[in-house]
Amino acid sequence: MQDTLPRRALPVRAGGPLPILAILGVLLVLVAIRQPDFLAPASLMSFLGRSAPIILLAAGQYFVIVSGEFDLSVGSLVTAEVVIAARLIDGDPDRTWPVMALVLVSAAFVGLVNGLITSWLRVPSFITTLGMLLILVGAVYLWSDGSPKGELSEQFRRFGRRAVEDVPVLGRVPYALLIVLLLAVLATVLMRSDFGRILVAVGDNPRAAELSGVRVGRTRTIAFVLSGCAAGVAAILLGGYSGVSFQAGSGLEFSAITAVVLGGVALGGGRGSVAGAMLGALTLELLFALMNFFGVSGTVRPAVQGAIILLAVAVSAARSPSR
Amino acid sequence: MTTPGDVGSLLDLRAVTKSFLGVRVLDRVDLDVAPGEVHAVVGENGAGKSTLMKIISGGYAPDEGTVVFAGEARRFRGPRDAGRAGIGIIHQELALLPDRTVAENIHLGHEPVRRGLVDRREMRARTSALFASMGAGPVPADALVGDLGVAQRQLVEIAKALALDARLLIMDEPTAALADHEAELLHALVRRLRSQGIGLLYVSHRLAEVFALSDRITVLKDGRRVTTVPTAQTTTNQLVRHMVGRDLSGYYPGRADPGDLGPVRLTVQGGGNAKLRGIDLRLRAGEVVGVGGLQGSGRSALARALFGVTPFTSGVVELENRPIRVASPRAAMRAGIAYVSEDRKGEGITARQSVLDNALLAGRALGGAWTGRAARVTRMRGLLDAVDVRSAGTDQEIRFLSGGNQQKVVLARWLALGPRVILFDEPTRGIDVGAKAAVYDVVRRLARDGAAVLMISSDLPELLGMSDRIIVMREGRIAGQVPAGASEADVVALAMGAVAAT
Repeated sequence: MQDTLPRRALPVRAGGPLPILAILGVLLVLVAIRQPDFLAPASLMSFLGRSAPIILLAAGQYFVIVSGEFDLSVGSLVTAEVVIAARLIDGDPDRTWPVMALVLVSAAFVGLVNGLITSWLRVPSFITTLGMLLILVGAVYLWSDGSPKGELSEQFRRFGRRAVEDVPVLGRVPYALLIVLLLAVLATVLMRSDFGRILVAVGDNPRAAELSGVRVGRTRTIAFVLSGCAAGVAAILLGGYSGVSFQAGSGLEFSAITAVVLGGVALGGGRGSVAGAMLGALTLELLFALMNFFGVSGTVRPAVQGAIILLAVAVSAARSPSR
Repeated sequence: MTTPGDVGSLLDLRAVTKSFLGVRVLDRVDLDVAPGEVHAVVGENGAGKSTLMKIISGGYAPDEGTVVFAGEARRFRGPRDAGRAGIGIIHQELALLPDRTVAENIHLGHEPVRRGLVDRREMRARTSALFASMGAGPVPADALVGDLGVAQRQLVEIAKALALDARLLIMDEPTAALADHEAELLHALVRRLRSQGIGLLYVSHRLAEVFALSDRITVLKDGRRVTTVPTAQTTTNQLVRHMVGRDLSGYYPGRADPGDLGPVRLTVQGGGNAKLRGIDLRLRAGEVVGVGGLQGSGRSALARALFGVTPFTSGVVELENRPIRVASPRAAMRAGIAYVSEDRKGEGITARQSVLDNALLAGRALGGAWTGRAARVTRMRGLLDAVDVRSAGTDQEIRFLSGGNQQKVVLARWLALGPRVILFDEPTRGIDVGAKAAVYDVVRRLARDGAAVLMISSDLPELLGMSDRIIVMREGRIAGQVPAGASEADVVALAMGAVAAT
């Protein structure tokens, strides 16, 4: 029977991380040609640390997208958490840990609300999280009377700006990079677990999943909570790295979605790996670094992201059988 | 009497052949309709009626053969093309826009225009005129279609076709969703349209109305035309024989001996919901109970009620003599009930996941996350082998497998749970003969191992070959039961209510 089965020319598993690794490789070669010193350990480590928040957001967004939904609220959630943390800590080092816990719990809570509204009130997640985006932006402006108050403590900021010094060969290894590596391992393990397989099955065919006993709404809600948690951690890293402002997280939701799509994850769900999504984020950041080296203004970023999303969707639509 | 090729015929199909994925669903079918004739098309589910109607109305292009309409060989590019040529189709599922008015629906795509804008007054006037010409009760032109009942929507569909000057109207089971008095009104309309010289192709399962309305009847079976007869020269019994006359094939596993039957697994008393009424049912361990009936008779609704997809809203369900409430598929699974949907692609598989992930889906959904994972995977690989899944490995995406192998994976998914009651809805639809035999073996083995099996099938030889007894459904009720060894005609007669009608 083997001979009657459809065979593909390349052993590339659709949704696997091979294509994104290839793109990443090409970009690295281009960088090496144009700006060789960028690949020196010091600047590379710094680049990876800088990219940590978007990589985390891409992982969070992955859980939601692979289950068939969207989370547009993460950018403004990051902003909200940074502004709230600054006001609550107000420079007092003793408040660092409680506020950090609050940041994570409240971010998870926002994800929970997104999930419950989407799953139980059957509001399309695009709308739910767009509403949440607007609510968070408005609430933060309201609460801080138009300009951020207070400041983050140094203890809070060290996660985003400090590093393990004097590592052989590598030099400075940012904490942010270590955190990302740890969470990447956890995310990968999670996606190999029963929950992970069920999550992808829900995105592939929610009806079939439900008829196999899967609690579809609950599963998707957990995905939103994971996305919220990722935004919480990203807020801690970003607040530390770039400080407090209303722009801290603006536009990150679209960067995250672009990264996920670039990483081979199907919009609409059911296909793609979390490693691919995170590599997609890294590739996206490298692409912008490269454009910078070629003197392209950073203001084209949204246009480039939009083009990537359209291109990736067009390619996957052309490749998948009509249905 | 018109014969194919008559100058007088409005529609003339010759040797129309159509295959899907290598399966021939229409095989050299001839059919003709004269102006002012009602030509009924009958046959079992899957005989090819709907495909034939779609070819005539431009939904599909024939692989071979010719469609001659009004004396001209036609090759329609789509339903709109056929509609403009004068062929209208009234679908089983009505295809109207619920949020638009009656007038807007009727004139969709050819709105009267005045000075570049839609002329609403003209549109309303034309709509009223149309309904007047149909002699049908008044349907308000400004009502939203979504607010109308099924019968009125059907009138709108018909008016929509007539607005395009349809000379041939295809009605695909138009009375399936109508109450008796509404069906009467439709019959009157059909006669009126006939008297206006319109040709009608009338697909129906209700033999009584076929005899009351039609001038000629064509019987389709397994994609072929068995016969075309003038209605006045045939009888219900003759028709039924034409529709089912086949030999039983010998590849069904042996039935249960009466002595093999175990205790009662599942009983339903007075079960009902929106689609079902007064369901009394009793399934014993070790038996395969077949469910016959037409599409829409409540067969699938019964399985879906038992599995908690659309639960019973009245009545009592008992599993092994304990009352249970099955409010969701998950609850049903917890009670030991499994369900294999007829819609494998839409409700069975997650197409882009691996064979193994698909097979493990139900176990994962129910099971604890970490307990015995490795053992479960090993056991599943064994099960997949046991049901003889042919794949390039359990990591292969299931969409690359044949329908039969996909179905075996779905079976393995449920076998792993050790269900005590298992509901099959068309378990062999769209799969090849070899895989069918494998499915039959699994079904019988499940029963032998002590499960109670309910098996819905539109394939009569299969139903008769597999079942220890057969319940037949009609219009949401259990119309009756026939024992093993009954004939196809017995089942069809019960399913169509022909016993009452003749």
